[in-house]
Amino acid sequence: MHDATHSRREFVAATGALTAAWIGTDPRAFAAALRAARDAGRGDPFMWDALTPEQAEDLDAIATHIIPTDDLPGAREARAVVFIDRALATFQSSQKQSIIDGLADLNRRGGARFSTLPADRQLQVLREIEDTPFFGSVRSGVVTGTFAHPNWGGNVDGAGWNILGYDPRAIWRPPFGAYDAENRPER
Amino acid sequence: MRRRRVPQNAEVDFLIVGSGAAGGVMAKELATAGFSVLVLEQGPRLEAHQFEHDEFKYFWQSALNNHPSRQPTMFRAGPDAPVQQQQAIVYHRLVGGGSVMFTSNYWRFKPIDFNERSVVGPIAGTGLADWPITYDELEPYYTKAEWDLGVSGVAGPFDPPRSRGYPTPPLPVKSSGVLFERGARALGLHPQPAPMCIISAPYKGRPACQHCGYCAGFGCEHRAKSSTLFTVIPDAEATGRCTVRPGSYVRRIEINRQGRATGVTYFDEDRGEHFHAARAVIVCANGAETPRLLLLSANSQFPDGLANSSGLVGKYLMFNGNASTAGVFERPLNDWKSVMVTRMIWDYYDSDPQRGFYGGGGLDSRYWGYPLFFAMSGLPRDAPTWGPEFKRLLRNNYSRTMNTDVHTTSLPVESNRIELDPDVRDAWGLPAMRVTYKDHPDDIAMMKFLAGRAIEIMEAAGAVRTWGPQSFEQQVGYHLLGTCRMGDDPATSVIDKYHRTHDVPNLFLCDGSSLVTGGRGQPTETIQALAYRAAEYIGQFARRGEI
Repeated sequence: MHDATHSRREFVAATGALTAAWIGTDPRAFAAALRAARDAGRGDPFMWDALTPEQAEDLDAIATHIIPTDDLPGAREARAVVFIDRALATFQSSQKQSIIDGLADLNRRGGARFSTLPADRQLQVLREIEDTPFFGSVRSGVVTGTFAHPNWGGNVDGAGWNILGYDPRAIWRPPFGAYDAENRPER
Repeated sequence: MRRRRVPQNAEVDFLIVGSGAAGGVMAKELATAGFSVLVLEQGPRLEAHQFEHDEFKYFWQSALNNHPSRQPTMFRAGPDAPVQQQQAIVYHRLVGGGSVMFTSNYWRFKPIDFNERSVVGPIAGTGLADWPITYDELEPYYTKAEWDLGVSGVAGPFDPPRSRGYPTPPLPVKSSGVLFERGARALGLHPQPAPMCIISAPYKGRPACQHCGYCAGFGCEHRAKSSTLFTVIPDAEATGRCTVRPGSYVRRIEINRQGRATGVTYFDEDRGEHFHAARAVIVCANGAETPRLLLLSANSQFPDGLANSSGLVGKYLMFNGNASTAGVFERPLNDWKSVMVTRMIWDYYDSDPQRGFYGGGGLDSRYWGYPLFFAMSGLPRDAPTWGPEFKRLLRNNYSRTMNTDVHTTSLPVESNRIELDPDVRDAWGLPAMRVTYKDHPDDIAMMKFLAGRAIEIMEAAGAVRTWGPQSFEQQVGYHLLGTCRMGDDPATSVIDKYHRTHDVPNLFLCDGSSLVTGGRGQPTETIQALAYRAAEYIGQFARRGEI
């Protein structure tokens, strides 16, 4: 559950109250997080910083339900889990244990590793836990990883931005949208 | 540990604490007038190319504002409420301060903002007071700010009297502005182009706005936002008489036996402590840090804090009322492009007894459309938060949503205040800030009233869906106003009308803390006009040997 209004003031108030918010606690972790994010994707097999490959796989399976892939990329293609991994290894390390415990609990609940369950069973399990702090935290991490600047490890190739129809170029000229286009003065 | 040697420069004429909206102006005006000036800024100095379009970095990680772990803020929602750690104050810490990062709404106050107490009478439970100066006295300095810094706009139907037009024309209207204008006109209101502290044409060697869409909470990499960082601060430095020292966190104003300020003690970036001597000290640290510094500077002569014989340092904190409403339209607005605000109305500026409560305000069309912001909080409250429908709505709504924001009066309430927390300390070992804030009931009523008008406007413009905020309580302050108010009577104010503290003859305060009333929500131009005016008088006092 999140506040649907979005002034900056309310944003800070809302995130300050949510344990699920992906907010760093140590500014020095900044540089480390950015370094880790930049290094993301190096190495074969992929090197995870905070998660085991199995944990990453299970989180990725959850992510595909939060922002599914259709004709446009979803959280999986945006590699939201890389963002979560890098965050848990750096500025979000205080949440690492609760995420790992939550995944273990999820696997017990489903009777098998989450990522190995059939999709409809996965969905059923997620619906059972969607009001838990664990799900809220993972949801927040997946959304952040999908839409935050690619600097932070997710939103690969602007995958999340593509969903929104957002274009990151830094220079625009009017008209900007349909309503100001029809309103252009004669020149 | 690395120790950087900071030279013990000779005594300066003026030491300015803070390099933001007011400090930057003060530095230019005093350096240009021939005085030596040292500006101490706690944050770093950034070049234009170092500003990024990374909302996670600036909003989520607090890269350029007071950081919740290094500079914790304690908060209570009223004098009897429990105290908890909460980021109740947000200000930017870098050379240029908030003037670098603000949305850039650039409203003058109107005559009524200076004498409203006389017009509406006393209001129970508040310290509503007239200013010791009038709009007419400040008008030349509003004009000076607009032309010295660089502003865009055009005079509108409810504007206060102005002696000169705007230096650059209004910025191009966005779709949110077109729709707002359409809806407002249909309701008989009077929309007008929003005055912005962003140039729409090249001005004084800086380029026009390039419409990148990153203003609120971001520095302008094109230098089109007329922050002090790219205007008056370089002007001050060009005189050869002004030094700006970033990474300098002032912990105390030093006072001699005669009760005069001798300079300040500050931490450098490596937490080395230094004293710097000055003939006069001017604090422009913002409406939260200025009173905190006075309280931190308590000594045996001033046991309740410096310049606090009135007991009012830190009191009458005003945040302005702020609320955001949203509307979704059929076709794409793409309002994530260009400046945040292009149209506004002032039809509801004046308080109207027929509403049944005190208050006034303005509305503007804008968009809180940074991508992550939107994905986290841009959909209607009843929308799913995950799954295929969540994705479908993000995809459909992102380019079709706009906001109408409400900006309103905050009554000065004595119990709304900045204090030192008795228990919690910041990363430098200094007492943390404790904030107490509870909106006056009339402030809430005014926000609710205007939020209703905002929804009506978007519906009249054809919105297919609208919604307003769930709550109106202000628990985070960006506008930090009123905490060292200006006045003629030393018993009921902290500074006189020339910004000199009543208690310490060579200590001046100029920033949001000086304001007696908070206007209708956009205080930056008034803070800067006050700085231009104060600098002129302070320079005259210095020349006449009256400091």
